[in-house]
Amino acid sequence: MVFPKLIRRERASLPVLIAAPFLALAMAALSNLMLYAAIGVDPVAVFKAMLIDPFTSYFSFSEILLKAGPLLLIAQGLAIGFRAKVFNIGAEGQFILGAIFASAIPVYMPQATGVWIWPMMLVFGMLGGLAWSAITAFWRVRLNANEILVSLMLSFVAIQLLNYLLLGPWKDPMGFNFPQSVMFQLDALLPILLPGTRVNVSLILALLASLAAWFFVLRSFAGYRLEVGGLAPNAARYAGFSQSGAIWLSLLIGGAAAGLAGAAEVAGPVGQLQRSISTGYGYAAIIVAYLGGLHPIGIVFSAFLMATLYIGGDNAMVSAGLPIAAVSVFQGSLLLAYLIAVTFVRRKLVWPHRPTA
Amino acid sequence: MIAIEFILAGMLAAATPFLLAALGELVAERSGVLNLGVEGMMAIGAAVGFITVYSGGGHVMGFVLGGLSGAALSLVFAFVVLVLHANQVAAGLAIGIMGLGLSAYFGKPFESFTVTGAGKIAIPVLTDLPAIGGLFRQDIVVWLSLLFAPALWYVLKHSKLGLLLRAVGENPHAASAIGYPVILIRLSAVAFGGLMAGIAGAYASTIYTPLWADGMIAGRGWIAVALVVFGTWMVGRVFLGACLFGAVSLGGIAAQTVGLAVPSQLLASLPYIVTIVVLGIISSNRRLVKLNGIASLGEPLEK
Repeated sequence: MVFPKLIRRERASLPVLIAAPFLALAMAALSNLMLYAAIGVDPVAVFKAMLIDPFTSYFSFSEILLKAGPLLLIAQGLAIGFRAKVFNIGAEGQFILGAIFASAIPVYMPQATGVWIWPMMLVFGMLGGLAWSAITAFWRVRLNANEILVSLMLSFVAIQLLNYLLLGPWKDPMGFNFPQSVMFQLDALLPILLPGTRVNVSLILALLASLAAWFFVLRSFAGYRLEVGGLAPNAARYAGFSQSGAIWLSLLIGGAAAGLAGAAEVAGPVGQLQRSISTGYGYAAIIVAYLGGLHPIGIVFSAFLMATLYIGGDNAMVSAGLPIAAVSVFQGSLLLAYLIAVTFVRRKLVWPHRPTA
Repeated sequence: MIAIEFILAGMLAAATPFLLAALGELVAERSGVLNLGVEGMMAIGAAVGFITVYSGGGHVMGFVLGGLSGAALSLVFAFVVLVLHANQVAAGLAIGIMGLGLSAYFGKPFESFTVTGAGKIAIPVLTDLPAIGGLFRQDIVVWLSLLFAPALWYVLKHSKLGLLLRAVGENPHAASAIGYPVILIRLSAVAFGGLMAGIAGAYASTIYTPLWADGMIAGRGWIAVALVVFGTWMVGRVFLGACLFGAVSLGGIAAQTVGLAVPSQLLASLPYIVTIVVLGIISSNRRLVKLNGIASLGEPLEK
């Protein structure tokens, strides 16, 4: 049998790099539609509900914009760390802490009014996410512990902390015993951006954060130092770039961004602190970051794609009877397909010549 | 006192899912591959194992199919990272998310169904001892795991296979230069890890708590990955770590039986907090980690 060989390209292929996310989407879509067919769900109906219906009405398109906000914010923060080879995968917990910190203001001051409330909640949220990621940074820098494991374990702890607050001290006394806080007052909610929809000003914040990430990654010296630390740790050390500084910075940026997203979620579409405050945004954002090639502009596109899959998945659940778990299968296979596709940015398949004699 | 007896009796069974998955991951990491998809492989093993037993396939078949499903998922991971040279962290996460999703996808019709677990086998005389007697009444899988751990230790430490694995993990280029099939050895090590994770999951869903609930693995796969670091890549220490986590995960129930007034959420988060603390303590001993660590762990063979 003749096997093809993977040969290193002399230079990375730009066309393949740009095509990779689309190839990945096609591969993931095809394999998942086959999976749906296998359990007797009509794949054509799912395809239509998932990837076409979200764009057919103003409202459902606005819901995509709404979902894209937190994904975009978290992914921009994570990508900065990933480029420096600091693997913060605990954004889920940092998001939850951001939501908790932000909720503290309306929970303890439900009567307060004023335009300062929602901006202050966003600041609190950032601090919450920052504090949670600082634990991971301390563990990594001072105790040499693996940041992947620590940040992930902290996410499990964050979920329990949220449960504790909602079943105990923060439970709405008039809430029929549901595990949720009081509904926030009007001044604790983000102003709506597009009339008639739920899209709020946090989308602007996410886009501004993307601009800031672009400037930081591609134009600033601090970003350059982080990048060198990730690509060539020895060169970075030789140049006197601090490794612990890079770890702190990566994790704190990631934590603050995720915390801000969490705050924007409670002060935005949800309007209270709930158990289901995050639908896996912290994990989905990891996929968004990679799918965007860890590039600030690429991530803007991949965040909208992932948001479409969320909204499309909800549609498909209602209209085609797709189990909700199908969305995470799709997300995982999308990342896997992308990793396969990017192999061919730096390598090409070569078929050995058959002997002609 | 009753609480301690309770913990002693249940500790080994609670430790078994951690132990099996961690020993599998230990073998994969010894070969130089960091598999972060253990959680997903345990979940798919748990789902397939449960569905098999529920459909009347029997426990043995449940373990076989659960293990094979974990191995199948790990082979996808191995292909992507070893043949296509993809980033091991990202690929492991992708496989983990997929495994969790697939387990929920196929397990949905079976949500909160139960099966019968397995009976206990007691060692005569020893089981009648006061206080520690419960230690000697365990199900068959626990007993087999207790035999498996020293066997694996022997293979890794004293056989040619163990030496080969170490050579591939420590210096893959040298191993390749003298003609060892590095990729094939790593592929097999990862597949073994997936098999063990699948079996660990099947044990959790068909014997330890014989029911199916979405998300029932609840981070145990991740703790297993952490256990390999705790155990500084050594079988004996991984075993001790698994026992510690078995005890900690029972600590919550034990605390409630003696009437300790602690929020249940704090008890539920105890295994994760202990993981973070122990990880900090062990890792801060940089010499120990450097001495026992795997030189090529997580590094692709060619950049």
